[in-house]
Amino acid sequence: MKRRDFFKTATVAGLATFLKPEDALSAGLSSSKAPAVKTDMVAVMGGEPEEMLLVALKEMGGIGKFVKKGQKVVIKPNIGWDRKPELAANTNPDLIAALVKQCKIAGASQIIVFDHTCHDWKKSYTNSGIEAAVLKAGGKMVPGNDESYYAEVDLPHGVNLKKTKIHKSLLECDVWFNVPILKHHGGAKNTISMKNLMGIVWDRGFFHRNDLHQCIADTATFYKKPALNIVDAYRIMKSNGPQGKSEADVVTLKSLIMSPDYVAVDTAAMKMFSQVQPTDIKDVRYIDLAEKLKVGTQNLEKLNVKKIKL
Amino acid sequence: MRFLKNIRIVLSLLFFIPIFLFFIDFSGIVPLHLHALLMFQWIPALLSLNMVIIGILLILSLLFGRIYCSTLCPLGVLQDILSWKSRLFRKRKKKLRFHHSKPLNVLRYSILATTVLLFVFGSSFLVIQLDPYSIFGRMASQLFQPLVILANNGLASIVNGMGNYSLYQVEQNSFVPVAFGISLFFFILVGIMSWFRGRLFCNTICPVGSTLGLLSKVSFFHISIQESSCTHCGLCEKSCKSECIDSKAMKVDDSRCVSCFNCISSCKNGSVKYNIRFKPKAEIPSQTPSNNSRRTFLITSGAVISTLALAETKKLTGKKDNILSRKPVMPPGAGNLEHFNTHCTGCQLCVTKCPMDVLKPAALQYGISGIMQPHLEFSTEVFCTYDCNICSTVCPTQALNHLTMDDKKLIQIGVAQFRKDMCVVFTDETDCGACSEHCPTQAVHMIDYKNGLTIPEVTEDICIGCGACESICPVKPYKAIYIEGNVTQITAKKPKEAKVFDKVIDDFGF
Repeated sequence: MKRRDFFKTATVAGLATFLKPEDALSAGLSSSKAPAVKTDMVAVMGGEPEEMLLVALKEMGGIGKFVKKGQKVVIKPNIGWDRKPELAANTNPDLIAALVKQCKIAGASQIIVFDHTCHDWKKSYTNSGIEAAVLKAGGKMVPGNDESYYAEVDLPHGVNLKKTKIHKSLLECDVWFNVPILKHHGGAKNTISMKNLMGIVWDRGFFHRNDLHQCIADTATFYKKPALNIVDAYRIMKSNGPQGKSEADVVTLKSLIMSPDYVAVDTAAMKMFSQVQPTDIKDVRYIDLAEKLKVGTQNLEKLNVKKIKL
Repeated sequence: MRFLKNIRIVLSLLFFIPIFLFFIDFSGIVPLHLHALLMFQWIPALLSLNMVIIGILLILSLLFGRIYCSTLCPLGVLQDILSWKSRLFRKRKKKLRFHHSKPLNVLRYSILATTVLLFVFGSSFLVIQLDPYSIFGRMASQLFQPLVILANNGLASIVNGMGNYSLYQVEQNSFVPVAFGISLFFFILVGIMSWFRGRLFCNTICPVGSTLGLLSKVSFFHISIQESSCTHCGLCEKSCKSECIDSKAMKVDDSRCVSCFNCISSCKNGSVKYNIRFKPKAEIPSQTPSNNSRRTFLITSGAVISTLALAETKKLTGKKDNILSRKPVMPPGAGNLEHFNTHCTGCQLCVTKCPMDVLKPAALQYGISGIMQPHLEFSTEVFCTYDCNICSTVCPTQALNHLTMDDKKLIQIGVAQFRKDMCVVFTDETDCGACSEHCPTQAVHMIDYKNGLTIPEVTEDICIGCGACESICPVKPYKAIYIEGNVTQITAKKPKEAKVFDKVIDDFGF
């Protein structure tokens, strides 16, 4: 039902009128100013992370549309690596802090942030700057380093991945946000919103043994979708990803793309990325595979996409 | 002079408690620079030829006797604690209970001579196995720390359940059967000996104790019994955990006395003194036994030389072409195999401090001599962290030379060996790239293969052998990429940086 609704509104949205990003900085809670027609995707360019987040959230109908008072919220950034923010290996801490603040304003009872890191989790949490940012903004960091924090779920629509262990905080929350960073990736070609899901599962070795791309697409069929995928493209990693070697791998695009649709947001991000490092989206196979599993659409023409330059 | 015992207890705890906490801490809460306390351990100081520390320890021993054994040695203090605790399990709790016994000279000097000679002939087997500090370190790492982690995990699961994550689950990674077995053996041995006979281990088996015993025979200060006032009540003898006081003969065997000063505190009329040995009025007490033990020492060392041929150990050799017979990967800073094998005492400090738990005590990877010396063992997401130099910082013996963070990032401890015919990109024709993803220098990088697929390739001269690639390779049971250890660690080339992108993007691209 949801998917049908989604496409219905998407078609209508194609005709939607453009809304000016006035009062950008006070996205606030009121959905009274929200556009009459549903926005499927917002892309913002030229601002600081918090600024861009607020503009995009406002376009999407305000944080209050996604987070209700008293709800338990989970935010899943990419904190995979023991790297400082300038190296663009992890999601921008300012963006995460801003999102925590918004959830707080919306009245969330608890805001949990975690990742199943690749490097030592404590060092990654600390050196990414995310732990400090989250704690300051009033959120809570939860470890993802032990199997006991995960519980098995079925993925009935998965092709290779039929079940997997997913972090319990995600299973128990009311609403969650997927906040990846846009990066080159040696294995999966690129990492954006769907690849970021490998940080919510326990056994990633299975992915690599059983067609990485298919398993990533399968994970995207997990019934509990994020309220929004918020792609951090403030700094992107154009080469030597996902870890990066130096700041020479980093390009500052000062951008942000937001959509509830995994496939659409990854498609848009790939197009943005290709301006820096030309990449054939067909090689990022999980995007095609996910579309086949009806996770979302690559056809941005059909969607109501707002592009805002600050 | 009763204050002496109190000073000894306070000093010993000042060393023991931080060292104990340093070893069992798994979370990094205990500050790293506590490793400086471990400088004052005899064997590490000797092996690293730290002349200042050796000088200090030597002067202390020549002045005060075996105070190393009673205050600085963590195994010694552990025995005191065990021996003291044992009273709680005895029927007449506060009864003092030691009796004078004869020194086991043949045994202790044989062990000392064998240890020294083996070392001189190139095998540090006994130095490693018998260094009291390292024995303590192994107990802490193999027995105590796992218990602490167990307790932590129990508590963590309770508080995590209540939504509190100040405690977190820690993986029990330290179990290595050989290391566990040896540590347990020594724990039981030392435990039983100290439970019933005080410092018997220190005066029979410990080569450091035996050596310091020779020194303490001529130490400036020593324990003596004032004949004029002694009532032969025997309290000093009963309180002597070294069993070296003969109260009837009013003699103290200086070679076994660890300067604990219990006897002084036990004496009701102050007849037990800690005095200058070479006072003009002092009698010349223990000349005969000293001659005796010197003779024994010489005889036994002679006997030991003849058996050396048997004890000479061989390094294991094996086929080179297999991951199973690869050369061991030494921790960064080890320099070369020979230096490392002859300097490391296997105290496990680096093992307990390694934040990734990639360091494990070796079984036979370095041969029999190297049992307990650390090597890198890669398993899922367990590898040598790029931004970490902790092991080379804490090593008390300079088996690992201290590396700055910048040096560490270039030290090549091994080289990745890629076996294409086992790689999933080759066998399954699907993308993977886990190895390259984890490679900090991109020595392992992806090159075009076919049908849009990419496959790993290794640039050996920028590979540092951290093992991230091996740890994450999904191929089971034998990995398609693994680290072959370097016998001599070298400096790798600096990885080249990517080309900077200098155009301005002001379009969304869609």
